[in-house]
Amino acid sequence: MTETEKKQDFTDRIWDFFCSLKLTIILLLLLAITSIIGTIIPQNSSAAEYIRLYGQSNYELFTKLQFTEMYGSTWFIGLLALFCVNLICCSIKHFPRTWKFFKDPARVASPGLLKNSSNKLELSSKDSPEAILDKVKGTLDKNFAKTVRTDADGKIYLFAQKGIFSRLGAYMTHISIIVVLVGAIIGNVFGFKAYVNIPEGDSVSHVMTRDGSQRIDLGFEVRCDNFDVKFYPNTSRPMEYASDLVILKDGAEVYEKRIVVNDPLFFDGIIFYQSSYGQAGDPTISFKVTDTQSGESQEFSTPLGSRVQLADGFSVIVTDFTDNDRSFGPAMRMNMISPDGTRGNPVVIWENFPEFDERRGDRFSFAMLGFSQTYFTGLQVARDPGVNVVWAGCIMMIIGPFVAFFMSHKRIWACIEQDGKITKVQLAGNAHRNQPGFALAFDDLMQKVEHAVTNNSPTKEG
Amino acid sequence: MDSGQLFNLTTIAYFASMVLYIAFIATKSNKVATAATLAALAGLIIQTGALGMRWYESYAILGSEHGRAPLTNLYESVVFFAWSIVGVYLFMEWKYFQKYRAVGAFVLPIALFAMLWGQMSLNKSIDPLVPALQSNWLTYHVITCFIGYAGFAIAFGVSIMYLLKIGKEEKHQGPEPMGGILGMFPPTRVLDDLNYKAIMIGFPMLTLGIITGAAWAYYAWGTYWSWDPKETWSLIVWFIYAAFLHARFTRGWAGRKAAWLSMIGFGATLFCYLGVNLVLSGLHSYGGG
Repeated sequence: MTETEKKQDFTDRIWDFFCSLKLTIILLLLLAITSIIGTIIPQNSSAAEYIRLYGQSNYELFTKLQFTEMYGSTWFIGLLALFCVNLICCSIKHFPRTWKFFKDPARVASPGLLKNSSNKLELSSKDSPEAILDKVKGTLDKNFAKTVRTDADGKIYLFAQKGIFSRLGAYMTHISIIVVLVGAIIGNVFGFKAYVNIPEGDSVSHVMTRDGSQRIDLGFEVRCDNFDVKFYPNTSRPMEYASDLVILKDGAEVYEKRIVVNDPLFFDGIIFYQSSYGQAGDPTISFKVTDTQSGESQEFSTPLGSRVQLADGFSVIVTDFTDNDRSFGPAMRMNMISPDGTRGNPVVIWENFPEFDERRGDRFSFAMLGFSQTYFTGLQVARDPGVNVVWAGCIMMIIGPFVAFFMSHKRIWACIEQDGKITKVQLAGNAHRNQPGFALAFDDLMQKVEHAVTNNSPTKEG
Repeated sequence: MDSGQLFNLTTIAYFASMVLYIAFIATKSNKVATAATLAALAGLIIQTGALGMRWYESYAILGSEHGRAPLTNLYESVVFFAWSIVGVYLFMEWKYFQKYRAVGAFVLPIALFAMLWGQMSLNKSIDPLVPALQSNWLTYHVITCFIGYAGFAIAFGVSIMYLLKIGKEEKHQGPEPMGGILGMFPPTRVLDDLNYKAIMIGFPMLTLGIITGAAWAYYAWGTYWSWDPKETWSLIVWFIYAAFLHARFTRGWAGRKAAWLSMIGFGATLFCYLGVNLVLSGLHSYGGG
């Protein structure tokens, strides 16, 4: 064996390795098995968390094996890359054979095909070949697909095919995976995923990426006018989280939308998603105090914990509040403070029962008027220029298997020849998938052909 | 009559169907097989009515604005799983294996088990949807996923039959057909083909389920893929069945190994559906329901 032959042999072996279906199966199973790791070990947590869960030495092992960010690890990406190479090589290897069906369809049936096909029919007639041809062609054109005529060796050949594109289904599926991955890469390189909290009334013009590594300038301002959380009646089950967002460009309001979960705001390629919320600053509670001695009423609005002066040296502190006290609705808790500084027992005042506190018989009676709480809205902010590529890949991934599994390339050949005084007709057909289904359709079609051919000439021979 | 009673009737019908399918294997009577199919069909029709009624009840209970398709918590998903299995099974029986109805004896028990579990021990209350689930994608996502799972469940039943039969068939001598219970099983060649056909339904539906889930995640959270355990497990299932589909064309991987892959795939499917919620954590929190 010469040096070049050896090299040839070696490259062939490498090529065969990358083309092999065994490699595909092994890679798919390896991807399946390794993917489990990241569903058991939490991903992207802090070092302290890993050490708490698994101990120092395991944590070091995990870091070495990149198990803490395994879906972005060198070896996992490597597996995916190898999988793509395998996909591409397989496709390159098999495509020329498929392409031949498109470029160079077998229009002339070989004698072997006509004789050995499992779907076939032979007829003879006393009509002329051209007359028979018209009948066969007419039937096939009408009931199957447009036929192509070829004259060769003194015989007339017909060829018709359907569903040739089904041969591309597998390629489409394979390419779709590459397209999705390309879209994902575009999104990772040119897009960002960020998070921002905006208190009601405030606006932001930049956001921090989720990993905290990058400050992104939006190129416009987003203002949150209002955040709302609604609950289903008489439950603590949330019904809706909503933020009223306004987009400002150079100080001018250009767009506004009330976003809820599942209905984000799109602007300039950047998307804002309702993601969380929280309390911004202290709540303010408002209440009315009636002095039973003077009969005078006064209204106050105060944050928790600050002292409110009343008549004759008395004062009051609101210590707590809730938006729903045991289904009685909003309530506040307060303490009276006497002029000598002694603090009274805590008293609960319900907003929905304004007359209630009078019965306590104290000098001052209270009624809660309401409370106001400023919230911040938590928004996911994302830009993903690759997402449309991903969707295109997904559509191919839906169509591809469907075509590959449920459609088939069906072909029918006919050969018409003069054999002495009679005309001989041979037909054959095949499908590259779902043969039983095709066999039924073929028999049905052949009955029609037979009927057409023998209709005007009762001398049928089989 | 409320949906709960109809679901109980469904369970009874599936039980009857299962018994009849098993009786068919024992008696070899085609009449029994027909009765089994009819019982399954009756159960499916009743269950379809029950699902519709539960849907209607959700409007009555939650008000006209908050009614929703009955596909939102563990109970509803288990019941829908049973519906999908019987629906896909009857479709396949009608289309592919009217001659080999013994398969029903290995598929109906899965649907029956799902119904029993749902009816006997899961929380059946109709609760309004939390904001994250208020999306049309929910319906598309759940339906496609569960039709996919149903295909895999049928492939699982067929694979068990294949593995039970293949050893005996290889030892079997002579031209006369095998007797006994295994003789009522379809030939392994047919079982292998049915396994493939069931996965041919399941795989594209799972793909569609993953894609609708990704689209939903994109519109709800801004990222179509975040390696959440549920997402990852659905991908694991996808990898396994993709391997199965290629194993059939590969020497050394067809036959027994393919049947085992199909069974492992269904195990992974169940873990993806239930295990992830019960054992791991993630976005699909309905497992607690």
